[in-house]
Amino acid sequence: MTYPYFPGCTLKTKGAELDACGRKAAEALGFPLEEIPDWQCCGAVYPLAKDEIATRLSSVRALAASREQGGKLVTLCSACYHVLKRVNGDMRNDDDIRRKVNNYLELELPYFGETKVLHYLEVLRDTVGWDELKKKVTKPLTGRKIGAYYGCLLLRPSRELGFDDPENPSIIEDFIRAIGAEPVIYAMRNECCGGYTTMENNTYAAKQAQKIVDNARNCGAEMLITACPLCMYNLTKNTDGSVPVKYFTELLAEALGLEEQNG
Amino acid sequence: MQKIGVFVCWCGSNIAATVDVEAVSQALAQEPGVVFSTNYQYMCSQTGQDLIRDKIKEYGLTGVVVCSCSPRMHENTFRKTCEKAGLNPYMVEIANIREQCSWIHKDKAEATEKAIILGRAAIAKVQLNAPLQAGTSPVKKRALVIGGGIAGIQTALDIADAGFQVDIVEKKPTIGGKMTQIDKTFPTLDCAACILTPKMVDCAQNENIHIYAYSEVEAVKGFVGNFKVTIRKKARFVDTTKCTGCGLCTEKCPQKKVPNEFNLGLDNRRAIYIPFAQAVPKVATIDPDYCNMLKNGKCGVCAKVCGANAIDYKQQDELIEEEYGAIVAATGFNPIDLSKFNEFGYSQSPDVVSSLEFERLMNAAGPTGGTLLRPSDGKHPHTIVFVQCVGSRCDGGEKGKPYCSKICCMYTAKHAMLCREKYPDTDVYVFYIDVRTPGKNFDEFYRRAVEEYGVHYIKGMVGKVVPENGKLKVQASDLLDNRQLHIDADMVVLAAAIEPDKSARPLATMLTASMDTNDFFTEAHPKLRPVESPTAGIFLSGACQGPKDIPETVAQAGAAASKVIGLLSKDHLLCNPCTAQPDEMMCNGCSSCEKVCPYGAITYIDKEFRGPNRTTLLRRVAQVNPAVCQGCGACTVACMSGAMDLKGFSNRQIMAEVDAICK
Amino acid sequence: MLMDTIAAISGVNPRKCMRCGKCSGSCPAYDEMEYHPHQFVSMVESGRIEELMASKGIYTCLSCFACIERCPRSVEPARLIEAVRLAVIRQQGKNHLTPEQIPQLLDEDLPQQAITSAFRKYKR
Repeated sequence: MTYPYFPGCTLKTKGAELDACGRKAAEALGFPLEEIPDWQCCGAVYPLAKDEIATRLSSVRALAASREQGGKLVTLCSACYHVLKRVNGDMRNDDDIRRKVNNYLELELPYFGETKVLHYLEVLRDTVGWDELKKKVTKPLTGRKIGAYYGCLLLRPSRELGFDDPENPSIIEDFIRAIGAEPVIYAMRNECCGGYTTMENNTYAAKQAQKIVDNARNCGAEMLITACPLCMYNLTKNTDGSVPVKYFTELLAEALGLEEQNG
Repeated sequence: MQKIGVFVCWCGSNIAATVDVEAVSQALAQEPGVVFSTNYQYMCSQTGQDLIRDKIKEYGLTGVVVCSCSPRMHENTFRKTCEKAGLNPYMVEIANIREQCSWIHKDKAEATEKAIILGRAAIAKVQLNAPLQAGTSPVKKRALVIGGGIAGIQTALDIADAGFQVDIVEKKPTIGGKMTQIDKTFPTLDCAACILTPKMVDCAQNENIHIYAYSEVEAVKGFVGNFKVTIRKKARFVDTTKCTGCGLCTEKCPQKKVPNEFNLGLDNRRAIYIPFAQAVPKVATIDPDYCNMLKNGKCGVCAKVCGANAIDYKQQDELIEEEYGAIVAATGFNPIDLSKFNEFGYSQSPDVVSSLEFERLMNAAGPTGGTLLRPSDGKHPHTIVFVQCVGSRCDGGEKGKPYCSKICCMYTAKHAMLCREKYPDTDVYVFYIDVRTPGKNFDEFYRRAVEEYGVHYIKGMVGKVVPENGKLKVQASDLLDNRQLHIDADMVVLAAAIEPDKSARPLATMLTASMDTNDFFTEAHPKLRPVESPTAGIFLSGACQGPKDIPETVAQAGAAASKVIGLLSKDHLLCNPCTAQPDEMMCNGCSSCEKVCPYGAITYIDKEFRGPNRTTLLRRVAQVNPAVCQGCGACTVACMSGAMDLKGFSNRQIMAEVDAICK
Repeated sequence: MLMDTIAAISGVNPRKCMRCGKCSGSCPAYDEMEYHPHQFVSMVESGRIEELMASKGIYTCLSCFACIERCPRSVEPARLIEAVRLAVIRQQGKNHLTPEQIPQLLDEDLPQQAITSAFRKYKR
């Protein structure tokens, strides 16, 4: 089954590996991703203000377009997932926002939040299944000790995202087990990497990122994996580099034996 | 046509401030059948009641309408007043113009109009009232206490002391409840077991008390004075009449890896076990989930070693039917599940424990023999952080409870103090939102923890606990110093909110007793009837009604017992005469009423009726046993043919009220 | 007036706060702020909004939502901080970040996402 796919801006440029490996692996696992036409930036940050309508529009366009294509929308980037899912929740639950957005967009059929926003990991867990994934692994990453780095955007606020237990998540650990490696649980895996503040004040972002890397290393992690290009940047550029960081799709492609084909 | 008197009460300013009482009494004087109408400041006062009595005689009233507070407050008062004046008490109707009118309206004109309409409806109803006579029903002089914790134990002991028979049903293999797991009690620090076990033994030895341990209530039928209860005595696979409690089986059983619930899973027990040394009854129980013999027939060690020949692998659950005059709910509480509070690392580190787990770690009969050791490595902790209000005082959502759990401030002070006393080399921090210590010698106790024992009380909350390198990195706020704290702790203790036992909700359904949204039993009146359920004959004891500590529980247990004794000392109870009555000519024998009756008051009989041309017809018709009927009215609604009616609330009366309101 | 604006933008009722301080115990940016999350809530409630608008802390909140996730009273402090920040940058000429500043801040590995989100957070 083909899934409508929202890559997001960064996956077209700096986060290209996250995208390329993700698509290849999806193809191999039997759920090819098809980019939705004419998508625009999700907005990069979820507008916390109740009175901001313009910053929600591009997300709603993507969501409404996927409604016509099977009602699901898959993303790989944590930020896109976060923004799309919360805006979708607003369209479903906030009468005021829904009315204003629909009035502005004048869609053929008003949008009520019908689309189901899915993260790639959720498709792996709920549609493919960890056991099935394990069977498809040809080059298991046996012996590798890997720490899952969740960050903020996949998990919080859990009342709106419902992705996993926000304080003790397990989805990436289950993924790590499925590709044959050993997950390392460390408590800072759901703490913020410093986020967008790295733009203006990277000493502060660096302090934050280094704490995460130290905690992971002290708990025995030899590598971290993430689903967010901004986390990737902060954990690599703003730390001592003592723990390498990869996108989870890179390891997935490796475990499925798809790496060589890429060259 | 009735001769009706209308009496409008001011209730001081409760009604009169929002309702023009003079206008109401004048307007209602114009209603058909009303021969007298007045208003007075306090109708429930002696002077007010005298006024009603005098006017009944003066005008020869046949019906009375009192416009006042809810009938729950004073219907009985006014019925008695009228009875004294020679009027049948069921010729009185109350129009509730306080709770349903003056208290909820602000606009006086609107409230007055509504009060007149409510009065008019009551007048229309009383026009159709008929005098009713209350019958009586006998009282079964035996009480049932559900739950064998300190609440149930105290209630049972007090009832038995008054000379009545009482049964305790406890779902666990032993009575004793939560108090058996507690080490010391605040604020006196006496040993919980030392004060509890004598009471447990008293229960076992008291001739008036019968303990059904490892048993559950399966079904409840009947009504106040005449409950019929089915009790399921779960199979222990041990003959309790033969078992001597020697414990040999529990030493020899080869299945050693069963999480010991008495120590909250901090250590293991065998598949056959006696929960603790002072258990009552002190007999062994086989855990069917872990026993190899029961699971696959391969073992039988306990039967071999048992000198008393008490093991019976074929034992079955047993159903017991018993009759009771009164039932006491004493189902108690549990700490909430902490797995939703992983910001504190509860699932990530064994050194993050709940307060009840900490209690076991401090207890001489606990997994560490009373020496405080960290569960992860068995080492002595040097820095301990206590977090209060975990899951209490939360706003909505599934994560926490909206109420204060009440006992945590005091037991945390106790834990902190005991730590410092036994291990002066430990640093103890308590994070609090508020310290709530109302109670005799409670605040003094908490202050002693701070002033004499040097416990660090910090106003603020822990945000995150990070297990790393054998330490627990605690990040918290100190609101008074206005700084964020980072403490490297060895143990973190969470004061988990408490919630009613999960068995309470299905039990409440069986008892038709009401509960609040948190699954605590509701009282008949929050201030004036705190140990009674609104359902007659059901009483409440202990934490099933709301969070409480031991002294409060014991006080409430005694109060519930005295209510039960008051009931059981009567030979007969006056029945409610407002019972259902079928019109046999209209009944079509469909059984709908029988199915909805929660009291089993309706039966069907085949009755001969005279047909046309001197023939006889045999028809199936409903019969109501008025001694069993509680007048709930479910049958009158279920009856399709309109044959079922409720005395005092007949369909005609209800329609007359509706007509009067819609006029 | 200003309080009404903050309430309308944030949708937060600061009166729900019970002063437990769990937000400030959770906040990873605590030391970067002169007013801490729990103070934000109480200062908004008591109307001290100008002081908050003048504080640097409104630009250091990471929007990591830890305070929202853990608040036992569902107060959502991060929404209040966002509302105060917006009350500042929506004024004429009060952008915290301008396109002219970008070239010197750029680093070749910086993902687009960082630039877009910084603009969304710091600029009208």
